[in-house]
Amino acid sequence: MNTINIEQIRSDFPILNEKIHNKPLIYFDNGATTQKPQCVLDRINYGYEHLNANIHRGVHSLSQRATEAHENARNAVAQFLGADKREEIIFTRGTTEAINLVAFSFGEAFCKEGDEVIVSVMEHHSNIVPWQMLCERKKMTLRVIPMNERGELDLVAYKNLLNARTKIVAVTHVSNVLGTINPVKEIIEIAHNQNIPVLIDGAQAVPHIAVNVKELDADFYVFSGHKIYAPTGIGALYGKEKWLNELPPYQGGGEMIAKVRFEKTTYNELPFKFEAGTPDYIGSTALAEALRYVQETGIEKIAAYEYELTAYCTQRLLEIDSMRIIGNAQHKSAVVSFLVGNIHPYDIGMLLDKLGIAVRTGHHCAQPLIDSLEIPGTVRASFAFYNTKEEIDNFIEALKRVVTMLS
Amino acid sequence: MTINEIQENIIEEFAQFDDWMDKYSLLIDMGNSLQALDEKHKTPQNIIEGCQSRVWLNADYNDGIITYQGESDAILVKGIVSLLIQVLSGHTPDEILKTELYFIDKIGLKEHLSPTRSNGLVAMVKQMKMFALAYKSKEN
Repeated sequence: MNTINIEQIRSDFPILNEKIHNKPLIYFDNGATTQKPQCVLDRINYGYEHLNANIHRGVHSLSQRATEAHENARNAVAQFLGADKREEIIFTRGTTEAINLVAFSFGEAFCKEGDEVIVSVMEHHSNIVPWQMLCERKKMTLRVIPMNERGELDLVAYKNLLNARTKIVAVTHVSNVLGTINPVKEIIEIAHNQNIPVLIDGAQAVPHIAVNVKELDADFYVFSGHKIYAPTGIGALYGKEKWLNELPPYQGGGEMIAKVRFEKTTYNELPFKFEAGTPDYIGSTALAEALRYVQETGIEKIAAYEYELTAYCTQRLLEIDSMRIIGNAQHKSAVVSFLVGNIHPYDIGMLLDKLGIAVRTGHHCAQPLIDSLEIPGTVRASFAFYNTKEEIDNFIEALKRVVTMLS
Repeated sequence: MTINEIQENIIEEFAQFDDWMDKYSLLIDMGNSLQALDEKHKTPQNIIEGCQSRVWLNADYNDGIITYQGESDAILVKGIVSLLIQVLSGHTPDEILKTELYFIDKIGLKEHLSPTRSNGLVAMVKQMKMFALAYKSKEN
Protein backbone atom coordinates (compact mmCIF):
# COMPACT_ATOMS: atom_id res chain seq x y z
CA MET A 1 0.00 0.00 0.00
CA ASN A 2 2.76 2.39 0.98
CA THR A 3 4.24 3.23 -2.35
CA ILE A 4 5.34 6.74 -1.57
CA ASN A 5 9.04 7.25 -1.07
CA ILE A 6 8.99 8.51 2.50
CA GLU A 7 12.72 9.23 2.73
CA GLN A 8 12.63 11.29 -0.42
CA ILE A 9 9.57 13.17 0.76
CA ARG A 10 11.01 13.92 4.20
CA SER A 11 14.17 15.27 2.63
CA ASP A 12 12.02 17.69 0.62
CA PHE A 13 10.84 19.42 3.83
CA PRO A 14 13.76 21.26 5.48
CA ILE A 15 11.85 22.09 8.67
CA LEU A 16 11.56 18.41 9.57
CA ASN A 17 15.21 18.58 10.70
CA GLU A 18 14.38 21.12 13.40
CA LYS A 19 14.99 20.34 17.06
CA ILE A 20 12.46 21.38 19.70
CA HIS A 21 13.77 21.40 23.29
CA ASN A 22 16.73 19.42 21.91
CA LYS A 23 14.47 16.69 20.58
CA PRO A 24 13.76 15.96 16.93
CA LEU A 25 10.55 17.71 15.90
CA ILE A 26 7.55 15.45 15.47
CA TYR A 27 5.02 17.61 13.70
CA PHE A 28 1.48 16.32 14.15
CA ASP A 29 -0.30 19.66 13.75
CA ASN A 30 -0.88 19.45 10.03
CA GLY A 31 -4.57 20.20 10.40
CA ALA A 32 -3.59 23.69 11.53
CA THR A 33 -0.97 24.24 8.86
CA THR A 34 1.40 22.10 6.81
CA GLN A 35 5.13 22.45 6.27
CA LYS A 36 6.54 23.58 2.96
CA PRO A 37 8.67 21.53 0.57
CA GLN A 38 11.87 23.02 -0.82
CA CYS A 39 10.34 23.41 -4.29
CA VAL A 40 7.64 25.72 -2.88
CA LEU A 41 10.21 27.73 -0.92
CA ASP A 42 12.31 27.99 -4.09
CA ARG A 43 9.30 29.11 -6.09
CA ILE A 44 8.68 32.00 -3.68
CA ASN A 45 12.28 33.14 -4.06
CA TYR A 46 12.21 32.64 -7.80
CA GLY A 47 9.11 34.82 -7.98
CA TYR A 48 10.80 37.71 -6.23
CA GLU A 49 14.09 37.19 -8.05
CA HIS A 50 12.73 36.87 -11.59
CA LEU A 51 9.07 37.76 -11.90
CA ASN A 52 8.28 40.58 -9.55
CA ALA A 53 6.16 43.27 -11.13
CA ASN A 54 2.56 44.27 -10.59
CA ILE A 55 0.33 42.20 -12.80
CA HIS A 56 -2.39 42.83 -15.39
CA ARG A 57 -1.57 46.50 -15.85
CA GLY A 58 2.01 46.80 -16.94
CA VAL A 59 2.93 47.00 -20.61
CA HIS A 60 6.49 46.04 -19.78
CA SER A 61 7.82 42.53 -20.13
CA LEU A 62 8.37 41.81 -16.46
CA SER A 63 4.73 42.61 -15.71
CA GLN A 64 3.70 40.37 -18.60
CA ARG A 65 5.77 37.55 -17.17
CA ALA A 66 4.30 37.98 -13.70
CA THR A 67 0.78 38.13 -15.11
CA GLU A 68 1.34 34.96 -17.06
CA ALA A 69 2.67 33.14 -14.01
CA HIS A 70 -0.32 34.25 -11.90
CA GLU A 71 -2.86 33.27 -14.56
CA ASN A 72 -1.11 29.94 -15.10
CA ALA A 73 -1.49 29.37 -11.37
CA ARG A 74 -5.23 29.91 -11.81
CA ASN A 75 -5.21 27.21 -14.50
CA ALA A 76 -3.38 24.91 -12.11
CA VAL A 77 -5.97 25.40 -9.36
CA ALA A 78 -8.82 24.88 -11.85
CA GLN A 79 -7.22 21.68 -13.09
CA PHE A 80 -6.50 20.49 -9.52
CA LEU A 81 -10.14 20.93 -8.50
CA GLY A 82 -11.51 19.62 -11.80
CA ALA A 83 -13.23 22.92 -12.59
CA ASP A 84 -14.58 23.53 -16.09
CA LYS A 85 -13.27 27.02 -16.52
CA ARG A 86 -10.38 29.04 -15.17
CA GLU A 87 -12.78 31.97 -14.61
CA GLU A 88 -14.44 29.90 -11.92
CA ILE A 89 -11.35 30.17 -9.70
CA ILE A 90 -11.08 33.27 -7.51
CA PHE A 91 -7.89 33.75 -5.53
CA THR A 92 -8.52 34.70 -1.90
CA ARG A 93 -6.39 34.95 1.21
CA GLY A 94 -7.68 31.56 2.26
CA THR A 95 -10.77 29.60 3.24
CA THR A 96 -11.99 32.23 5.68
CA GLU A 97 -11.93 35.04 3.14
CA ALA A 98 -13.54 32.82 0.52
CA ILE A 99 -16.46 31.97 2.81
CA ASN A 100 -16.84 35.60 3.83
CA LEU A 101 -16.93 36.55 0.17
CA VAL A 102 -19.73 34.10 -0.60
CA ALA A 103 -21.67 34.87 2.58
CA PHE A 104 -21.57 38.58 1.78
CA SER A 105 -22.11 38.58 -1.97
CA PHE A 106 -24.60 35.71 -2.06
CA GLY A 107 -26.46 37.33 0.81
CA GLU A 108 -26.65 40.65 -1.05
CA ALA A 109 -27.92 39.00 -4.21
CA PHE A 110 -30.33 36.39 -2.94
CA CYS A 111 -31.23 36.70 0.74
CA LYS A 112 -33.94 38.57 2.59
CA GLU A 113 -35.58 38.67 6.01
CA GLY A 114 -36.97 35.32 7.12
CA ASP A 115 -34.66 33.25 4.89
CA GLU A 116 -32.53 30.45 6.30
CA VAL A 117 -28.95 29.17 6.02
CA ILE A 118 -27.95 25.62 6.95
CA VAL A 119 -24.57 24.71 8.43
CA SER A 120 -23.55 21.62 10.41
CA VAL A 121 -22.65 21.19 14.06
CA MET A 122 -19.06 20.24 13.14
CA GLU A 123 -18.15 23.45 11.32
CA HIS A 124 -15.02 25.46 11.98
CA HIS A 125 -15.80 28.99 13.21
CA SER A 126 -14.91 30.27 9.75
CA ASN A 127 -17.90 28.42 8.32
CA ILE A 128 -20.23 29.61 11.09
CA VAL A 129 -19.48 33.24 11.85
CA PRO A 130 -19.71 34.68 8.30
CA TRP A 131 -23.18 33.07 8.01
CA GLN A 132 -24.18 34.38 11.43
CA MET A 133 -23.13 37.85 10.29
CA LEU A 134 -25.27 37.42 7.20
CA CYS A 135 -28.19 36.27 9.36
CA GLU A 136 -27.81 39.28 11.57
CA ARG A 137 -27.58 41.66 8.64
CA LYS A 138 -30.62 40.27 6.85
CA LYS A 139 -32.62 39.03 9.86
CA MET A 140 -32.32 35.43 8.76
CA THR A 141 -32.10 32.18 10.71
CA LEU A 142 -29.15 29.78 10.97
CA ARG A 143 -30.12 26.08 11.06
CA VAL A 144 -27.72 23.38 12.22
CA ILE A 145 -27.40 19.78 11.01
CA PRO A 146 -26.80 17.53 14.04
CA MET A 147 -24.58 14.43 14.13
CA ASN A 148 -24.68 10.97 15.69
CA GLU A 149 -22.40 9.75 18.49
CA ARG A 150 -19.78 8.50 16.02
CA GLY A 151 -19.45 12.01 14.60
CA GLU A 152 -21.38 11.49 11.36
CA LEU A 153 -23.92 14.02 10.12
CA ASP A 154 -27.57 13.08 10.51
CA LEU A 155 -28.83 13.25 6.93
CA VAL A 156 -32.44 12.58 7.90
CA ALA A 157 -32.38 15.62 10.16
CA TYR A 158 -30.69 17.53 7.34
CA LYS A 159 -33.51 16.71 4.93
CA ASN A 160 -36.01 17.91 7.49
CA LEU A 161 -34.19 21.24 7.86
CA LEU A 162 -34.44 22.04 4.16
CA ASN A 163 -37.47 24.11 3.23
CA ALA A 164 -38.67 26.85 0.92
CA ARG A 165 -36.89 29.49 3.01
CA THR A 166 -33.49 27.75 2.81
CA LYS A 167 -31.20 29.84 0.63
CA ILE A 168 -27.87 28.06 0.92
CA VAL A 169 -26.19 25.11 2.67
CA ALA A 170 -22.58 25.40 3.91
CA VAL A 171 -20.89 22.22 5.12
CA THR A 172 -17.35 21.09 5.70
CA HIS A 173 -15.96 18.28 3.56
CA VAL A 174 -13.75 16.97 6.40
CA SER A 175 -14.11 17.87 10.09
CA ASN A 176 -10.97 19.47 11.51
CA VAL A 177 -11.73 17.99 14.95
CA LEU A 178 -13.28 14.59 14.27
CA GLY A 179 -11.69 13.76 10.94
CA THR A 180 -15.09 12.75 9.58
CA ILE A 181 -15.29 12.76 5.79
CA ASN A 182 -18.80 13.98 5.15
CA PRO A 183 -20.87 12.55 2.28
CA VAL A 184 -20.83 15.92 0.55
CA LYS A 185 -21.91 14.54 -2.82
CA GLU A 186 -25.10 13.28 -1.23
CA ILE A 187 -25.54 16.48 0.78
CA ILE A 188 -25.25 18.52 -2.43
CA GLU A 189 -27.64 16.26 -4.32
CA ILE A 190 -30.27 16.53 -1.59
CA ALA A 191 -30.07 20.34 -1.63
CA HIS A 192 -30.09 20.47 -5.42
CA ASN A 193 -33.34 18.51 -5.48
CA GLN A 194 -34.82 21.67 -4.02
CA ASN A 195 -32.68 24.01 -6.13
CA ILE A 196 -30.63 25.12 -3.14
CA PRO A 197 -26.92 25.80 -3.72
CA VAL A 198 -24.19 24.33 -1.50
CA LEU A 199 -20.81 25.65 -0.36
CA ILE A 200 -18.24 23.07 0.70
CA ASP A 201 -15.41 24.01 3.05
CA GLY A 202 -12.55 21.98 1.63
CA ALA A 203 -9.77 23.27 3.90
CA GLN A 204 -9.23 19.86 5.55
CA ALA A 205 -10.08 17.82 2.46
CA VAL A 206 -7.90 18.91 -0.45
CA PRO A 207 -4.57 18.01 1.19
CA HIS A 208 -5.77 14.50 1.98
CA ILE A 209 -8.35 13.18 -0.48
CA ALA A 210 -9.06 13.54 -4.19
CA VAL A 211 -11.55 16.31 -4.85
CA ASN A 212 -13.40 16.99 -8.08
CA VAL A 213 -15.87 19.85 -7.90
CA LYS A 214 -17.64 18.78 -11.10
CA GLU A 215 -18.17 15.29 -9.81
CA LEU A 216 -19.46 16.65 -6.51
CA ASP A 217 -21.52 19.23 -8.39
CA ALA A 218 -20.55 21.76 -5.70
CA ASP A 219 -21.75 25.31 -6.27
CA PHE A 220 -18.91 26.75 -4.21
CA TYR A 221 -15.79 24.96 -2.97
CA VAL A 222 -13.13 26.74 -0.89
CA PHE A 223 -9.69 25.89 0.46
CA SER A 224 -6.50 27.41 1.92
CA GLY A 225 -3.09 27.09 0.36
CA HIS A 226 -1.19 26.82 3.63
CA LYS A 227 -2.93 23.57 4.54
CA ILE A 228 -1.71 21.98 1.31
CA TYR A 229 2.02 22.80 1.52
CA ALA A 230 1.70 26.30 0.00
CA PRO A 231 2.46 29.59 1.76
CA THR A 232 0.03 31.38 4.07
CA GLY A 233 -2.15 34.15 2.71
CA ILE A 234 -3.29 32.45 -0.48
CA GLY A 235 -6.32 30.27 -1.08
CA ALA A 236 -9.07 29.82 -3.57
CA LEU A 237 -12.79 29.93 -4.11
CA TYR A 238 -14.27 27.78 -6.81
CA GLY A 239 -17.73 28.97 -7.84
CA LYS A 240 -19.92 27.84 -10.68
CA GLU A 241 -19.81 30.52 -13.35
CA LYS A 242 -23.58 31.05 -13.28
CA TRP A 243 -23.44 31.90 -9.56
CA LEU A 244 -20.34 34.05 -9.70
CA ASN A 245 -21.85 36.08 -12.53
CA GLU A 246 -24.91 36.81 -10.45
CA LEU A 247 -23.08 37.81 -7.27
CA PRO A 248 -22.11 41.44 -6.70
CA PRO A 249 -18.44 42.19 -5.93
CA TYR A 250 -17.21 41.68 -2.36
CA GLN A 251 -14.57 44.39 -2.16
CA GLY A 252 -14.00 47.42 -4.31
CA GLY A 253 -10.71 48.75 -5.61
CA GLY A 254 -8.35 48.43 -8.51
CA GLU A 255 -8.31 45.37 -10.72
CA MET A 256 -12.00 44.58 -10.19
CA ILE A 257 -13.38 47.43 -12.29
CA ALA A 258 -14.14 47.88 -15.98
CA LYS A 259 -14.67 51.64 -15.93
CA VAL A 260 -14.64 54.05 -13.03
CA ARG A 261 -16.64 57.27 -13.22
CA PHE A 262 -17.77 59.28 -10.23
CA GLU A 263 -21.33 58.84 -11.48
CA LYS A 264 -21.15 55.08 -11.98
CA THR A 265 -18.52 52.35 -11.98
CA THR A 266 -18.87 49.17 -13.98
CA TYR A 267 -17.21 45.99 -12.87
CA ASN A 268 -14.71 43.73 -14.53
CA GLU A 269 -15.50 40.23 -15.73
CA LEU A 270 -14.85 37.03 -13.88
CA PRO A 271 -12.60 36.25 -12.13
CA PHE A 272 -11.27 39.80 -11.70
CA LYS A 273 -14.60 41.14 -10.41
CA PHE A 274 -13.79 39.44 -7.10
CA GLU A 275 -10.10 40.25 -6.92
CA ALA A 276 -9.82 43.85 -5.81
CA GLY A 277 -6.34 45.23 -5.32
CA THR A 278 -2.95 43.75 -6.16
CA PRO A 279 -3.33 39.99 -5.85
CA ASP A 280 -0.79 37.76 -4.12
CA TYR A 281 0.82 36.68 -7.38
CA ILE A 282 3.86 35.28 -5.59
CA GLY A 283 1.57 33.24 -3.35
CA SER A 284 -0.55 32.02 -6.24
CA THR A 285 2.47 30.73 -8.15
CA ALA A 286 3.82 29.04 -5.02
CA LEU A 287 0.39 27.47 -4.52
CA ALA A 288 0.51 26.11 -8.05
CA GLU A 289 3.91 24.62 -7.28
CA ALA A 290 2.56 22.99 -4.10
CA LEU A 291 -0.35 21.50 -6.05
CA ARG A 292 2.10 20.22 -8.65
CA TYR A 293 4.14 18.59 -5.88
CA VAL A 294 1.05 16.92 -4.42
CA GLN A 295 -0.11 15.72 -7.83
CA GLU A 296 3.32 14.41 -8.69
CA THR A 297 3.32 12.39 -5.47
CA GLY A 298 -0.24 11.33 -6.20
CA ILE A 299 -3.22 12.23 -4.06
CA GLU A 300 -4.48 8.62 -4.07
CA LYS A 301 -1.15 7.40 -2.73
CA ILE A 302 -1.11 10.19 -0.16
CA ALA A 303 -4.64 9.29 0.96
CA ALA A 304 -3.76 5.60 1.27
CA TYR A 305 -0.57 6.30 3.22
CA GLU A 306 -2.24 8.79 5.57
CA TYR A 307 -5.10 6.35 6.11
CA GLU A 308 -2.53 3.79 7.24
CA LEU A 309 -0.95 6.31 9.62
CA THR A 310 -4.32 7.30 11.07
CA ALA A 311 -5.44 3.71 11.60
CA TYR A 312 -2.10 2.79 13.16
CA CYS A 313 -2.14 5.79 15.51
CA THR A 314 -5.72 5.06 16.58
CA GLN A 315 -4.89 1.44 17.30
CA ARG A 316 -1.80 2.38 19.33
CA LEU A 317 -3.64 5.10 21.26
CA LEU A 318 -6.14 2.51 22.40
CA GLU A 319 -3.32 0.73 24.30
CA ILE A 320 -3.55 3.55 26.84
CA ASP A 321 -5.98 3.19 29.74
CA SER A 322 -8.99 5.55 29.82
CA MET A 323 -8.36 6.54 26.21
CA ARG A 324 -11.31 8.14 24.48
CA ILE A 325 -11.11 8.69 20.73
CA ILE A 326 -13.31 11.66 19.84
CA GLY A 327 -14.78 10.99 16.42
CA ASN A 328 -15.28 7.44 15.23
CA ALA A 329 -16.85 7.98 11.84
CA GLN A 330 -16.67 5.17 9.34
CA HIS A 331 -14.91 7.45 6.84
CA LYS A 332 -12.14 9.46 8.44
CA SER A 333 -9.30 11.58 7.18
CA ALA A 334 -5.86 12.14 8.73
CA VAL A 335 -7.06 13.43 12.10
CA VAL A 336 -7.22 11.69 15.49
CA SER A 337 -8.73 13.62 18.39
CA PHE A 338 -8.63 12.12 21.86
CA LEU A 339 -8.88 12.58 25.61
CA VAL A 340 -7.29 10.52 28.37
CA GLY A 341 -9.40 10.13 31.51
CA ASN A 342 -10.01 13.51 33.07
CA ILE A 343 -6.67 14.97 32.02
CA HIS A 344 -7.05 18.40 30.49
CA PRO A 345 -5.89 18.64 26.84
CA TYR A 346 -3.72 21.67 27.66
CA ASP A 347 -1.64 19.64 30.13
CA ILE A 348 -0.99 16.89 27.61
CA GLY A 349 -0.14 19.37 24.86
CA MET A 350 2.30 21.35 27.01
CA LEU A 351 4.16 18.26 28.20
CA LEU A 352 4.27 16.66 24.73
CA ASP A 353 5.81 19.89 23.47
CA LYS A 354 8.63 19.40 25.98
CA LEU A 355 9.30 16.10 24.23
CA GLY A 356 9.43 17.73 20.79
CA ILE A 357 5.93 16.75 19.73
CA ALA A 358 3.61 19.34 18.22
CA VAL A 359 -0.07 18.51 18.62
CA ARG A 360 -3.07 20.79 18.82
CA THR A 361 -5.12 21.15 21.98
CA GLY A 362 -8.31 22.99 22.78
CA HIS A 363 -11.51 23.59 20.87
CA HIS A 364 -9.84 23.82 17.43
CA CYS A 365 -11.99 26.83 16.48
CA ALA A 366 -15.08 24.62 16.65
CA GLN A 367 -16.56 25.64 20.00
CA PRO A 368 -20.16 24.66 19.18
CA LEU A 369 -18.97 21.14 18.35
CA ILE A 370 -16.86 20.84 21.51
CA ASP A 371 -19.76 22.17 23.62
CA SER A 372 -22.15 19.69 22.03
CA LEU A 373 -19.79 16.87 23.05
CA GLU A 374 -19.62 18.27 26.60
CA ILE A 375 -15.82 18.07 26.73
CA PRO A 376 -13.22 20.76 27.53
CA GLY A 377 -11.55 20.30 24.15
CA THR A 378 -9.41 17.55 22.67
CA VAL A 379 -5.82 16.70 21.94
CA ARG A 380 -5.53 16.39 18.19
CA ALA A 381 -2.86 14.63 16.17
CA SER A 382 -3.22 15.40 12.48
CA PHE A 383 -0.98 13.87 9.86
CA ALA A 384 0.64 14.68 6.56
CA PHE A 385 2.37 12.34 4.13
CA TYR A 386 5.79 13.20 5.56
CA ASN A 387 4.87 11.65 8.93
CA THR A 388 5.90 8.09 9.75
CA LYS A 389 4.90 5.14 11.91
CA GLU A 390 8.18 5.58 13.81
CA GLU A 391 7.05 9.08 14.74
CA ILE A 392 3.75 7.64 15.91
CA ASP A 393 5.63 5.08 18.04
CA ASN A 394 7.67 7.88 19.62
CA PHE A 395 4.52 9.91 20.16
CA ILE A 396 2.81 6.99 21.91
CA GLU A 397 5.82 6.43 24.19
CA ALA A 398 5.89 10.16 25.01
CA LEU A 399 2.17 10.22 25.61
CA LYS A 400 2.42 7.28 28.02
CA ARG A 401 5.10 9.15 29.95
CA VAL A 402 3.04 12.31 30.06
CA VAL A 403 -0.10 10.50 31.15
CA THR A 404 1.81 8.85 34.00
CA MET A 405 3.04 12.26 35.12
CA LEU A 406 -0.45 13.72 35.03
CA SER A 407 -2.33 10.82 36.61
CA MET B 1 7.70 37.30 54.55
CA THR B 2 7.76 39.92 51.83
CA ILE B 3 6.54 39.14 48.36
CA ASN B 4 10.09 39.08 47.03
CA GLU B 5 11.24 36.75 49.77
CA ILE B 6 8.49 34.34 48.75
CA GLN B 7 9.56 34.66 45.11
CA GLU B 8 13.14 33.85 46.12
CA ASN B 9 12.01 30.79 48.07
CA ILE B 10 10.11 29.47 45.09
CA ILE B 11 13.08 30.05 42.80
CA GLU B 12 15.23 28.09 45.22
CA GLU B 13 12.73 25.27 45.45
CA PHE B 14 12.69 24.86 41.67
CA ALA B 15 16.47 25.33 41.38
CA GLN B 16 17.10 21.94 43.00
CA PHE B 17 15.88 20.26 39.80
CA ASP B 18 17.78 20.31 36.51
CA ASP B 19 15.41 18.15 34.60
CA TRP B 20 12.26 19.78 33.19
CA MET B 21 10.26 16.68 34.11
CA ASP B 22 11.06 17.12 37.80
CA LYS B 23 10.17 20.80 37.62
CA TYR B 24 6.88 19.95 36.02
CA SER B 25 6.24 17.20 38.55
CA LEU B 26 6.68 19.76 41.31
CA LEU B 27 4.31 22.11 39.50
CA ILE B 28 1.76 19.31 39.15
CA ASP B 29 2.08 18.55 42.87
CA MET B 30 1.46 22.20 43.65
CA GLY B 31 -1.59 22.15 41.39
CA ASN B 32 -2.90 19.05 43.10
CA SER B 33 -2.44 20.50 46.57
CA LEU B 34 -4.14 23.81 45.78
CA GLN B 35 -7.17 24.15 47.97
CA ALA B 36 -10.27 23.67 45.86
CA LEU B 37 -12.15 26.86 45.20
CA ASP B 38 -15.48 26.95 46.98
CA GLU B 39 -18.26 26.23 44.48
CA LYS B 40 -19.95 29.48 45.47
CA HIS B 41 -16.98 31.37 44.06
CA LYS B 42 -17.10 29.57 40.71
CA THR B 43 -19.34 32.25 39.31
CA PRO B 44 -19.33 33.58 35.75
CA GLN B 45 -18.05 36.80 37.27
CA ASN B 46 -14.96 35.09 38.64
CA ILE B 47 -14.12 33.13 35.51
CA ILE B 48 -11.21 34.11 33.28
CA GLU B 49 -11.68 32.43 29.93
CA GLY B 50 -8.56 31.47 28.05
CA CYS B 51 -8.66 29.88 24.66
CA GLN B 52 -7.14 26.70 26.10
CA SER B 53 -8.16 26.47 29.73
CA ARG B 54 -10.30 28.26 32.28
CA VAL B 55 -9.19 29.97 35.45
CA TRP B 56 -11.36 31.11 38.34
CA LEU B 57 -10.16 33.80 40.69
CA ASN B 58 -11.71 35.19 43.84
CA ALA B 59 -10.33 37.80 46.22
CA ASP B 60 -11.30 38.79 49.77
CA TYR B 61 -10.20 41.93 51.57
CA ASN B 62 -9.91 42.02 55.35
CA ASP B 63 -7.90 44.33 57.65
CA GLY B 64 -5.96 45.80 54.75
CA ILE B 65 -4.89 42.37 53.43
CA ILE B 66 -5.99 40.67 50.21
CA THR B 67 -6.51 36.90 50.18
CA TYR B 68 -6.82 35.21 46.82
CA GLN B 69 -8.34 31.85 45.95
CA GLY B 70 -8.25 30.34 42.51
CA GLU B 71 -8.57 27.23 40.42
CA SER B 72 -8.19 25.97 36.88
CA ASP B 73 -9.39 22.98 34.89
CA ALA B 74 -5.84 22.28 33.65
CA ILE B 75 -3.40 20.98 36.26
CA LEU B 76 -0.31 22.83 34.97
CA VAL B 77 -2.27 26.07 34.98
CA LYS B 78 -3.52 25.20 38.45
CA GLY B 79 0.10 24.78 39.55
CA ILE B 80 0.91 28.29 38.39
CA VAL B 81 -2.28 29.61 39.97
CA SER B 82 -1.08 28.04 43.21
CA LEU B 83 2.31 29.76 42.86
CA LEU B 84 0.73 33.14 42.11
CA ILE B 85 -1.50 32.81 45.16
CA GLN B 86 1.47 31.80 47.35
CA VAL B 87 3.30 34.92 46.20
CA LEU B 88 0.57 37.54 46.24
CA SER B 89 -2.01 36.38 48.77
CA GLY B 90 -1.80 37.87 52.29
CA HIS B 91 -0.38 41.22 51.26
CA THR B 92 -1.65 44.76 51.05
CA PRO B 93 -2.96 46.27 47.81
CA ASP B 94 0.08 48.56 47.67
CA GLU B 95 2.55 45.70 48.01
CA ILE B 96 0.74 43.72 45.33
CA LEU B 97 0.53 46.65 42.93
CA LYS B 98 4.24 47.42 43.04
CA THR B 99 5.30 43.79 42.66
CA GLU B 100 7.21 42.64 39.65
CA LEU B 101 6.55 38.94 39.17
CA TYR B 102 9.99 37.73 38.13
CA PHE B 103 9.91 34.25 39.64
CA ILE B 104 8.02 32.63 36.76
CA ASP B 105 10.74 33.55 34.32
CA LYS B 106 13.45 32.42 36.74
CA ILE B 107 11.95 28.98 37.32
CA GLY B 108 11.63 28.38 33.59
CA LEU B 109 7.87 28.40 33.35
CA LYS B 110 7.60 31.65 31.47
CA GLU B 111 6.07 29.94 28.46
CA HIS B 112 2.87 29.47 30.44
CA LEU B 113 2.58 33.20 30.88
CA SER B 114 3.11 33.94 27.24
CA PRO B 115 0.03 35.69 25.85
CA THR B 116 0.12 33.40 22.85
CA ARG B 117 -0.59 30.35 25.01
CA SER B 118 -3.95 31.91 25.79
CA ASN B 119 -4.50 29.81 28.87
CA GLY B 120 -6.00 32.58 30.95
CA LEU B 121 -2.90 33.12 33.10
CA VAL B 122 -1.92 36.50 31.72
CA ALA B 123 -5.47 37.67 32.32
CA MET B 124 -5.32 36.19 35.82
CA VAL B 125 -2.21 38.18 36.78
CA LYS B 126 -3.91 41.28 35.43
CA GLN B 127 -7.06 40.46 37.38
CA MET B 128 -5.10 39.96 40.63
CA LYS B 129 -3.68 43.43 40.24
CA MET B 130 -7.10 44.80 39.33
CA PHE B 131 -8.50 43.48 42.60
CA ALA B 132 -5.64 45.21 44.43
CA LEU B 133 -6.33 48.44 42.60
CA ALA B 134 -10.05 48.22 43.32
CA TYR B 135 -9.50 47.56 47.06
CA LYS B 136 -6.93 50.33 47.25
CA SER B 137 -9.28 52.90 45.79
CA LYS B 138 -12.04 51.66 48.10
CA GLU B 139 -9.73 52.26 51.05
CA ASN B 140 -9.03 55.81 49.98
